[in-house]
Amino acid sequence: MDAPGRKQYEALSVEAAVVVRQESAWQRVRRNWSVRIGGIVLCVLVILALVAPWLGTVDPTLFDAGSRDLLPGRTGEITTLDGEVVRHTFWMGSDSLGRDIYSRVIYGTRVSLVVGILCALLALAIGIACGLASGYLRWLDGILMRFMDGLMAIPAILIAIALVAMWRGSLATVIVAIAIPEIPRVTRLVRSLVLTIREEPYVEAAISLGTPTWKILFGHILPNCIAPLVVQGTFICAFAILVEAILSFLGVGLPPDIPTWGNVMAEGRQQFNDYPHNIFFPGVFLAVTVLAVNILGDGLRDTLDPKMAKKMGSE
Amino acid sequence: MIDSHAPGKVTLTPFSVLEVRDLTIGLPSGGDRREAVSKVSFSVNRGEIVCLVGESGSGKSVIAQGIMGLLPRTLPVTGGQTLLEGEDTTRASQKRLRALRATRMSMVFQEPMTALNPVMTCGEQLDEVLVEHTDLPPPERRRKILDIVREVLLPDPERIVASYPHQLSGGQRQRIMIAMALVLEPALLVADEPTTALDVTTQAQILNLIQALQARHGTGVLFITHDFGVVAEIARRVAVLRLGELVELGDKEEVLKHPRHDYTKMLIGSVPTLHPHGRRVEAGAPVVLETKDLSKVYIDRGWFAKRREVPAAKGVSLTIRRGQTLGIVGESGSGKSTVARCIVRLIDPTGGEIRVHGEDIAVKSPRALRPLRRRVQIVFQDPYRSLNPRRKVGDAIVEGPLNYGVSRAEALDRARRLMELVRMDAAALDRYPHQFSGGQRQRICIARALAMEPELLIADEAVSALDVSVQAQVLALLEEIRTRLDLAMLFITHDLRVAAQVCDHVAVMSRGEVVEYGSAEEVFLDPKHEYTRSLFAAAPGRGFAFGTA
Repeated sequence: MDAPGRKQYEALSVEAAVVVRQESAWQRVRRNWSVRIGGIVLCVLVILALVAPWLGTVDPTLFDAGSRDLLPGRTGEITTLDGEVVRHTFWMGSDSLGRDIYSRVIYGTRVSLVVGILCALLALAIGIACGLASGYLRWLDGILMRFMDGLMAIPAILIAIALVAMWRGSLATVIVAIAIPEIPRVTRLVRSLVLTIREEPYVEAAISLGTPTWKILFGHILPNCIAPLVVQGTFICAFAILVEAILSFLGVGLPPDIPTWGNVMAEGRQQFNDYPHNIFFPGVFLAVTVLAVNILGDGLRDTLDPKMAKKMGSE
Repeated sequence: MIDSHAPGKVTLTPFSVLEVRDLTIGLPSGGDRREAVSKVSFSVNRGEIVCLVGESGSGKSVIAQGIMGLLPRTLPVTGGQTLLEGEDTTRASQKRLRALRATRMSMVFQEPMTALNPVMTCGEQLDEVLVEHTDLPPPERRRKILDIVREVLLPDPERIVASYPHQLSGGQRQRIMIAMALVLEPALLVADEPTTALDVTTQAQILNLIQALQARHGTGVLFITHDFGVVAEIARRVAVLRLGELVELGDKEEVLKHPRHDYTKMLIGSVPTLHPHGRRVEAGAPVVLETKDLSKVYIDRGWFAKRREVPAAKGVSLTIRRGQTLGIVGESGSGKSTVARCIVRLIDPTGGEIRVHGEDIAVKSPRALRPLRRRVQIVFQDPYRSLNPRRKVGDAIVEGPLNYGVSRAEALDRARRLMELVRMDAAALDRYPHQFSGGQRQRICIARALAMEPELLIADEAVSALDVSVQAQVLALLEEIRTRLDLAMLFITHDLRVAAQVCDHVAVMSRGEVVEYGSAEEVFLDPKHEYTRSLFAAAPGRGFAFGTA
């Protein structure tokens, strides 16, 4: 084949005529409606949590004997820590101790989001480490995975209750207690991804290029696990928010003076028949938050998971 | 030829089974072109095989789906007709299509494993067709099933009918698919790349079978393929597609020997000949790689299962000298890739020696192996999986040199020079792999391997996933690189034509053993071993002199 002949061929080749146009994953993510809706709701919640002191709230631990069991929208008095008595409108009513439910719910957003995000990060970090080790070091695989199987055999909520009971109920212990039962799931996911990706030709090419194992793990394998891990992270986050509320509700989570949605609901439980707002408002916040995180996760899975993307494309 | 006596139904010439008229199929917006198929017209007559040829993305499978009424909603028929015995299938209702499928038109797919239901026996799946479309009583159906299984030349029909798909070989599964397609004697058989997933000897048998059955039953066959060898073997008429447009339609002899359109000329010119190139090789060049009695045994060991040994390579002894190309040719499962992966030490050989410049690397520990890795580099088959999708092309190419202490600036400089060598723009270094086509990616992979300045380049089916015109370009590039850099090359392929074009020496492998080994001329022109002979006899289109158009 002579040179001008080849040039002519290349011009005729179909490959030259096909313009490769492919959206990046990020573009697809931004166009997805689930991601948009979930993301916007979560952003609003984060902002609420950050600017809680400026939203007409009072210190959520304050109470006033004269303002007990107020209905939503009523105005009453509340005593500050300095002993000063101020007028205050109880937008979501007050509880049986005379605390402002509105303030407690808004401040409770902080706890829920912190617990959700930190649990997800903690479970992902440890799970990734265990998963990479298990997927790449054959001798460790058996031991580690049997341990994880054992951990998975115990209901998550029981482990969390046992761990919090063992330690003292604080934010850190609650986060750790909720994150631990999630670790096996992340480990399994990462391990299966590693086992698939390590067979990919680009990893074999890296091996033959003399790339050290740790560089292959963190430079080639881990970056290709990110998408499913982000998705998994959102589901852990939603679950952690729920479990934290359950623990608080059962009285085995954070101490009752800390404003969390679960604590507010636990306190309102006795009076549910007379004052349902005690449970209604934190319940709505809890449901909306978990729903938003799950919708976001679904959207991310649809856009980031290549298998899902292909399915959507061919429909 | 249109007879308008019957309203709503168009009568055709008595011979025509399928008449495709101005078929136009749209693409969703954002695609690389407006239409998947544009105004394509052709016909298939009774008892005739028409081959629809084209490269990937030419729209050939879309046409088949359009005829069968299987198009996804994103690909709507926007114009034209597909008349099956006068009835337009593009406008038929789902109910009517279901009645037509299997009775008047059938389809055979590329992958017989996924086209068959893994949890039903082959007999049950055949029976399903009969239950759906006929009122035959069970004994009649049983008789018909055994008849058709016998007709597709499957041994021991009773056993085959009772088998599940995984218990059969690929060729046997494809025979079952063909039996299922033909059991109700349809007028039209659409075969979409039915032999592409099969080995060459199996392919030859299936092609013979389709021809024999089609002649016996007078079925019209629309045979879709990318392989001109297959076209030469089976077609009566040929339709060539390019980017959704029909560029040439005519009798096989006419199209293959005197193609009119430039694109057809290019395609046919790109098909390598089966005749070895006959380049002179220097006998005294230094030996780069030598394997002695190389073997690999896979050991399957479960906790409760019995230990099972699967030998993938047995006593393989090969020699490659500088500036020369050794080809390993064989069918799937012959162990040719195992040998390549042992030489790169992606897997550990069970026995034997691998000498690179006299130094045995077969048993070296990973640490001791590291300095030697750069001498042997490999290019893989699948261009879409050979590059990390999250890394820029430039980072992929400099990765190797950086591992061996080359400075980043120098490595990048080398990468730029290599891009020129593989005929790509240096701007590509800053882009991600998904922005490139298969052929371009394969060039990038070649550049990545060359960045290590290896002495031996292994191409493991490196051009098998590429379209024939792109394949010709990449083969020419590899040839040029080998000469310019005086490289030793190990070329692994299942394609005899490709082997004939590039190899100086050829080793034919079968069931883990080298059955014939010699210079390309000896092996191609005077094969000694029986297996080699059967392999050549099965090569499609061997009677045609390609590559000369």
